[in-house]
Amino acid sequence: MSDSPVTAIDMNQETDVLVHDSHNVDPNKPLVEIRDLAIGFTTQGGVVEALKGVSFDIFPGETVAIVGESGSGKSTTAHGIINLLPENGKITGGSVKFEGKDLATAKKADLYKVRGRDIGFVPQDPMSNLNPVWSVGFQVREAVKANGLATNKKDVNARAIEVLKEAGLADAERRMAQYPHQFSGGMRQRVLIGIGLAANPKLLIADEPTSALDVTVQRVILDHLEALTRERNTALLLITHDLGLAAERATKLIVMYQGKIVEAGPSLKILQSPQHPYTKRLIASAPSLASQRISGTHVDHVGGKEAGIDVADLAAKHERAKADQAATPVVEVKDLTKIYSIRKGNFKSEPLRAVDNISFRIPKGRTLALVGESGSGKTTAAKMVLGLEKPTSGDIFLDGTNLAGASRSELFKVRRKMQPVFQDPYGSLDPQRSIGAIISEPLKVHKVGDSASREARIKELLEQVSLPTAVAKRYPNELSGGQRQRVAIARALALKPEIVVLDEAVSALDVLVQAQILQLLADLQSELDLTYLFITHDLAVVRVVADEIAVMEQGKIVESGTADDIFSNAQTEYTQKLLEAIPGAGIEWGDVE
Amino acid sequence: MSNRPSEHYVAPIEDANVEVDALKLKERKSNLWLDAWRDLRRRPLFYAAVAMVLLVTLMALWPTLFTDVPPNSECSLSNSNGGAVAGHPMGFTRQGCDIYARVVWGARTSLAVGVLVVAITAAIGIPMGAIAGFFGGKIDSFLSRIGDIFFSIPYFLAAVVVMSVLSDLRSVWTIALAIGGFAWASLARILRAEILQVKNSDYIMASEAVGRGRMSTLMRHALPNSLTPVIVTLTIALGAAIVAEATLSFLGVGLGDTVMSWGNDISKAQTSIRTAPMSLVWPSLALTLTVLAFIVLGELIRDALDPKARARR
Repeated sequence: MSDSPVTAIDMNQETDVLVHDSHNVDPNKPLVEIRDLAIGFTTQGGVVEALKGVSFDIFPGETVAIVGESGSGKSTTAHGIINLLPENGKITGGSVKFEGKDLATAKKADLYKVRGRDIGFVPQDPMSNLNPVWSVGFQVREAVKANGLATNKKDVNARAIEVLKEAGLADAERRMAQYPHQFSGGMRQRVLIGIGLAANPKLLIADEPTSALDVTVQRVILDHLEALTRERNTALLLITHDLGLAAERATKLIVMYQGKIVEAGPSLKILQSPQHPYTKRLIASAPSLASQRISGTHVDHVGGKEAGIDVADLAAKHERAKADQAATPVVEVKDLTKIYSIRKGNFKSEPLRAVDNISFRIPKGRTLALVGESGSGKTTAAKMVLGLEKPTSGDIFLDGTNLAGASRSELFKVRRKMQPVFQDPYGSLDPQRSIGAIISEPLKVHKVGDSASREARIKELLEQVSLPTAVAKRYPNELSGGQRQRVAIARALALKPEIVVLDEAVSALDVLVQAQILQLLADLQSELDLTYLFITHDLAVVRVVADEIAVMEQGKIVESGTADDIFSNAQTEYTQKLLEAIPGAGIEWGDVE
Repeated sequence: MSNRPSEHYVAPIEDANVEVDALKLKERKSNLWLDAWRDLRRRPLFYAAVAMVLLVTLMALWPTLFTDVPPNSECSLSNSNGGAVAGHPMGFTRQGCDIYARVVWGARTSLAVGVLVVAITAAIGIPMGAIAGFFGGKIDSFLSRIGDIFFSIPYFLAAVVVMSVLSDLRSVWTIALAIGGFAWASLARILRAEILQVKNSDYIMASEAVGRGRMSTLMRHALPNSLTPVIVTLTIALGAAIVAEATLSFLGVGLGDTVMSWGNDISKAQTSIRTAPMSLVWPSLALTLTVLAFIVLGELIRDALDPKARARR
């Protein structure tokens, strides 16, 4: 699955394959002029305004990034430029001038000519944007033909191979005959970038091109994209939720909020001295390597207080660290291994060591972050700790009891002490149960209390996670992602556990909501003396939550230590690579209070 | 506003206090079933279908509400194939019986067969599909192969054979068993596929992490979230079962001659189709409208339970 061998080759290829004319355009005349663009979506409840008058320019060869949370209208803007909106979406006002032509009012036939040929598009999800029943070669050839780059079969094929080579795929000829499932996520994204750039467009719109990829792969792909667009003087409109990434890659930054532009200007200037209160909030909330560990505050957390990152008292921290060494660990994992057998055909199977001999310990009241990229085995490890997967070998001690060899009834008892919060706030709550029923489920399963005491506990838990008690009678579909995650946390706390396993618990949330939830978790930790096992791929988040870190790669823990040690002085090359790949790592962020 | 790249634009600060993730609960509650019900209530076709179903149900339960004319006795050959007269709005059959009375009384058989078939289909199909899908592995292979065997036999053909063999025991029960006993396999397949999807949800994992057992998780979380296609399939199956009974009766392998059923009446009416077509038309119409009502109802429920389909309309 690694992308590195591909990259090593592609750098050489680019130079000898690419012989492109740079676009013959006036650099001082905007390529795209967007004026008061408004877009509405027809829903059951009437027309919802998704975009309320957005204006900006893109100059030839320039990289512009639009940053915003989900629902801010950033993707709608991108789709609006090429008038490629969902069925119920419509441009309700304003203009999109591309080289003087207004695309908002253009005929379908004229739009087809512009799409692909003049404006390329790289969609968000590499997993679903290639058709699984056609070979990759077929899909690239299709794009080449549709853009009229070549007509006879031989030329089309030759150009398609060229496109894949430019996109950085080694042995493109052989790859042409393969199907999308034989490609890794990073390779698929390369194909999509290749298709987007196939016609050598003047503008490339990339809608969250790397959000689904690991940071190290993301970095390689973005470097490549940058090199390609620079070489051809292609303007790039980058849509992203990641401020650091936007600032690192774009010269101009546009911050959107609720369908409007709140701030626009040079990237560094905005990142270092934001003017609009929303931008300030966004920058203050985005976790980065320069952030500090969030510490819990007891004060008034019922009253829906604002998320703010408090600077931890370093001396106290040092003190705690010392105390830890003597403290007995709540969770101790020893030589844990999980081997899956992968079917190979011919009735043969091959062992896959998903988790390979890992050991770690978490002292009481502290947070251990298990960090790794996809496929590193971190989630499998979490599942074994939670008793959802049986370890192949090794021990998991919880307060001295070994879970690995525990009987069902022992395991049932242990579950009271350890509860999970999962990644997907939309998937982890049963849509057909009320919030009250969801939160009290652990109480019912473990036969704790009667119905009156459970009611009281539901109220108490909802207050702890700062949700009004009226929510108990409602259903998950009425809540936002962040609110659902609060419900999931309340459920996890119902049995008063000692340990909470957080499996990518904040990864699906927007920056501001994420900061709120992280603060909530920190508050709860100090209030209830909780121990966290925090599974994540996001090192910037780790910076603000973890006391200790274990870095996983291909099933093994390659490095572990205290958070401060690892961030200031990473020993292994892999950890260093991970740290460097964090978008915006090298940028000095504005100090916003 | 002109946007040269060097320019720094800041929007007017209207609401400086950005409220993060504010909870906006609507006045009324919302969940899958409530939303579906609200959707159905706005659809005229839903009322028409429900009215038809209610009418047939009333006829089946209390036929005397609709007619005082006995359907079997008081038949007089002097009325044979007679047209509509006062008190006999649909005329008479060849035997001189009142068609209207026979249509009303025939509803009981049709509906009873429909309801029984659905009950039998659900009683076999739901556990088979749910357990196969949820537990997987060898249990799935075993149950699914059994399902495949039944699936490969056309249920109608099987019912014809069963009814011919059991010619002495013909009743509403045997016919329902014959149809339902072979029709459950498709329901089991549909449910199994749905369960396979649902069981990968995080809330299933969350339920097990809490300590709930597998079977309990299936009953509590997996099954309730897989019921949409089951409800739709069963509603439509009810209509199909009524047709199947009528067809079996028409072919002479359904219910005995003495039982009043639309299928039997249609079968008998064919001999006098040229002279008295209405004796064929009325029971056929009753059959068609009833089946149509159930199928329309099934389709409407399917749409109402699918939020995406709702949004498209």
